[in-house]
Amino acid sequence: MRPIANTRMAAGIPTGRLAVWWVVASEIVIFGGLLASYIMHRIAHPEWGDQAANTNVWLGGFNTFVLLTSSLTAVLSHKAATAGNGPKAARLLYATCLGAVIFVCVKAFEWTTEISHGYTITSSTFWSFYYTAAGLHALHVIAGAIIMLLVAETAKKNLELHRVELIGIYWHFVDIVWIFLFPLLYIAK
Amino acid sequence: MSEHAEHAGDETNYVKIWATLLCLLIVSILGPFLGIKIVTLIAAFGIAIVKAYLVAKYFMHLNVEPRYAVYLLTTMLVLVLLFFAGTAPDVMKHEGTNWVKPVVHVETHAPAQH
Repeated sequence: MRPIANTRMAAGIPTGRLAVWWVVASEIVIFGGLLASYIMHRIAHPEWGDQAANTNVWLGGFNTFVLLTSSLTAVLSHKAATAGNGPKAARLLYATCLGAVIFVCVKAFEWTTEISHGYTITSSTFWSFYYTAAGLHALHVIAGAIIMLLVAETAKKNLELHRVELIGIYWHFVDIVWIFLFPLLYIAK
Repeated sequence: MSEHAEHAGDETNYVKIWATLLCLLIVSILGPFLGIKIVTLIAAFGIAIVKAYLVAKYFMHLNVEPRYAVYLLTTMLVLVLLFFAGTAPDVMKHEGTNWVKPVVHVETHAPAQH
């Protein structure tokens, strides 16, 4: 018998999914506040463009490609779970995790290069924003990957398949955050 | 399992949306190389909004989710806009009637030497 918290629908949305929407809503305020602060400071300081020119647009673009592709595997995993194919859903979740690993590795390489060139979190306000925003986002990527591994473990046994959709919603949101971080930190020079 | 997922489209549609997102990504990277400011702004931020819309609508299935979720997320976006509107003038303006913002820090343009 399933717990009542998983089945009742006061808002017309299953409780688990409703909870994820509230998580996403709170994340909008967190990342939205951070990005709004960055935008207003960036507009007030056109000279930040000189420092933004030191970020690597190709690595940022590659990471965008990786996250967009991992979003595809996440939604295909959801599709497989909807069809009751737990093992396939799990395989696609592992592929999504691989995307997360690649993203973090590229980010680590990027940061190592930048720090070795002297661009640290205390170098200037631009770099403070850069490391804070990208670092907070990377933490969300790592957290999402860990949760995804846990969900995949049960999904491959055809258990708790509704969780595949829940982690997918979170993952797509992480993707959307990066979609905005990429032009702000890498393209706007 | 989610009852709305079956309305969300098949695998081919998802791949098409993913391909569209990749095309938009390429445009957003190459657009700024033209060196025209307005093109850069549209390529970077206009396309980001379109990409986010596509991901939210088709991958997060907001198009078939009860309106509650859309209203919830929209409310949060409005709160962020309120935050921006309330604080941006103070951050972005360096002087006003009877006040001048003091310089509190000096930007370093060159990296530290190691």
